[in-house]
Amino acid sequence: MGARAEGMTLPVGDISAPFTFLWDQWDSQVRDNVLQQFGYWGAAMAIASVIGLPVGVWLGHLHRGSFVAINTSNIGRALPTLGVLAVGIGVFGLTFLNIVFAFAVLAIPPILTNAYVGVDSVDPDAVEAAKGMGMRPREVLVRVELPLALPLIFAGLRTSALFVMATIPIAAIVGGKGLGEIINNQASFRLSGVIGAGILVIVLALGVNALLGVVQRLVTPRGLRLSGADARGDAPAATTVLPTTATPEQ
Amino acid sequence: MEKKNTAQEEGASSYPSAAPLEFRNVVKQYPGSDTRAVDDLSFEVPAGEICVLVGPSGCGKTTAMRMVNRMIDITDGDILLDGKSVVDRNPPELRREIGYVIQQIGLFPHQTIAQNIATVPKLLGWDKDRIGTRVDELLDLVSLPNDMGSRYPGQLSGGQRQRIGVARALAADPPLMLMDEPFGAIDPINRERLQDEFLRLQAEIRKTIVFVTHDIDEAIKMGDRIAILREGGILAQYDTPDAILSRPADEFVAQFVGVDRGLKRLALSHLGEIELAASNGQPADTPRAKRDASLRDALSLMMASGHQQIVVVDDNDEAVGVASLELIAGVLKLPNGSVTAPKKKTASETGETAAP
Amino acid sequence: MHAMLAAGGPVIPSFGKSSSCVQDNGAFCFDWIRDNWDSTFQPALISHLKLTVIAVGIGFVLALGLALLAHQRRWLITPLTLVFATVFTIPSLALFQVLVPISGLTVLTAEIALVGYTLSILFANIITGLREVPAEVRDAARGMGLSDRQILFRVELPIALPAVMAGLRIATVTVISLATIATVITVQSLGGPIFEGIQNDFKTKYVAAGLLTVVLALVADGLLVITQRRLTPWARARRA
Repeated sequence: MGARAEGMTLPVGDISAPFTFLWDQWDSQVRDNVLQQFGYWGAAMAIASVIGLPVGVWLGHLHRGSFVAINTSNIGRALPTLGVLAVGIGVFGLTFLNIVFAFAVLAIPPILTNAYVGVDSVDPDAVEAAKGMGMRPREVLVRVELPLALPLIFAGLRTSALFVMATIPIAAIVGGKGLGEIINNQASFRLSGVIGAGILVIVLALGVNALLGVVQRLVTPRGLRLSGADARGDAPAATTVLPTTATPEQ
Repeated sequence: MEKKNTAQEEGASSYPSAAPLEFRNVVKQYPGSDTRAVDDLSFEVPAGEICVLVGPSGCGKTTAMRMVNRMIDITDGDILLDGKSVVDRNPPELRREIGYVIQQIGLFPHQTIAQNIATVPKLLGWDKDRIGTRVDELLDLVSLPNDMGSRYPGQLSGGQRQRIGVARALAADPPLMLMDEPFGAIDPINRERLQDEFLRLQAEIRKTIVFVTHDIDEAIKMGDRIAILREGGILAQYDTPDAILSRPADEFVAQFVGVDRGLKRLALSHLGEIELAASNGQPADTPRAKRDASLRDALSLMMASGHQQIVVVDDNDEAVGVASLELIAGVLKLPNGSVTAPKKKTASETGETAAP
Repeated sequence: MHAMLAAGGPVIPSFGKSSSCVQDNGAFCFDWIRDNWDSTFQPALISHLKLTVIAVGIGFVLALGLALLAHQRRWLITPLTLVFATVFTIPSLALFQVLVPISGLTVLTAEIALVGYTLSILFANIITGLREVPAEVRDAARGMGLSDRQILFRVELPIALPAVMAGLRIATVTVISLATIATVITVQSLGGPIFEGIQNDFKTKYVAAGLLTVVLALVADGLLVITQRRLTPWARARRA
């Protein structure tokens, strides 16, 4: 575990060591890792959203396929990250894209299921009124259902964003890049490095969650915000209605 | 029409089938509040009668009811069930002796109907066979099929759940029942049906019942006696429905029962109870009604048809007499006690005046 | 890293007897899997199962105890929820590493982390499940004469069971997944063959192990769903 007497008294040695590490090693290691994390994260989220959002919204609009939507979420949540990465890399090879695809697979379920539930559970009276006023189905979707479903849609996006960002370090086990390179390498970077990188991962994960929260605020119609309906998706862990619970960072 | 009642058979719990209840200067004041929720409430409910607590919201009627089974603590005064103070009793034990029906019913969703009904008997230690028989008896009593016992509350309609709620409360054959707006969550049509059925049931089982409602019409229909409470938990009047309608104690009561209290009184009696004149040569379009039609309905028929008389007929549509407008109006002038509804055979039947 | 390994060529323990599939480093060489099941996969699988069962078992008992305690003393709910939400957010890779100086490269270290995650999930679910018991059901139970203890065990806990089972499902698949990562602290699990396979660029080994973890997780999830359905027939009963 290294020659230093670091681990003898307190496991973290002195409390500022992780932060000094991040500061000292920023240019030589940390910055690149952070950029790599964002690279994986951005690509995975983009792919997952492009697939998950339209499918979820469409199914919810038609009020069909709840079996598919709910079970996608169940299965997706159960998938072991390392297992999925191993299979993906074995079959398709170790490349940036393949790692991204593996994370996209893990990111789709919360996005899809929440989009489905969000649109499916829009107040039927509002939809009824909209139709009665003469809106066409597409207009109902865009003008009524989507705005009202925004809180849950964003809950799904944020759950995925947090989960993916916090799980990317795992990729280092299979040869990928990102902050996992530090965390998985206690020999080189010492405990202070592991903790420092770990803290950074938490910060990034919470950061993208908060960032999307800001986006959600900007995009939510004023009326919904005022009525508090935009807090529907906010409960972080304890929703038992649907398995949108974020799994611990892996 | 002797219905079996296994509750009364053996030892484990044999209560009298109905016990008298007394409120004695009962007070409820919440800590930190200047006003009293219930203020010096005193009245007696004879065994086997339905006493309705009615009044505007905030009058403390539900609070008063919940003090009987110690769901709410009594600040001062006492409540006596069968002569024994409820304060001396251990609350869970006391509650097993009292049937409890609330508006949202509160059936246990995780148990079958049979298990729900068997809750108190099981607590009292009845054996399995006795419980099984009793469950069947009760389903019968509330007119539900026996196979309903194996279903879950989630599978029942509102009206069915209501009946199960009543059956569950009656399971151990308690001497007292507390009912808090039991029919409040039901639609008006089914509510009337449930009320009628419950009254039929009560005619058979004769329990002492404290019934809370905000609806004066329901109070008049269901109650042998009515306790009208005003805001602050003060008793405004305690009397039979007829007495309250004919002699409201004050302006508040008069307003609460409604300006149409005369008509309400007429609804309490029916054509079969009054002395009819002989029927002879009424015009052909004179309205006809059977003996069980209420005087109020008779009046309504007369006015709608433009006649001042109504022909009373029997089941074969043969005329048995005639009632006139004056005759019916005269009923309102009769002293309290001469014309009462048979379905409510109370102490006042025998000529006694209403309880103080 | 890939380039580094390729330069030395795939390291496959073939001893000259392997099939062409393995020689070509294919991803799904069933004959190799079959031949090496007993030596490679089975011990890893069993070890993985042990890790999971112990973690979920202990985590559940602890979570239940804490939840019942917090149910009685409401003031505990907020602080405990906060503590567990924090544990929840710690990346597992980091948590495993951080615990090593404390309890060594042992199964204990892994179990401490796994139990911690299980606790975080289950505590929230049990508390929520208890809270969701309808107020009128509690009122009716109390009014009928059940004591507080009877209400808890005969009414509240059974009604909270679906929420508890939901939490158990999430916790179990999470632990199965996290147990693969425990391989980095040299604890034996299905992560082992995955890691070794990748180190040696031996595709079948790590793909098969990866698939095995996925199958394990899905089977566990499925079994728990079935159990949940058997235990709570009332939750699905609806008006005909």
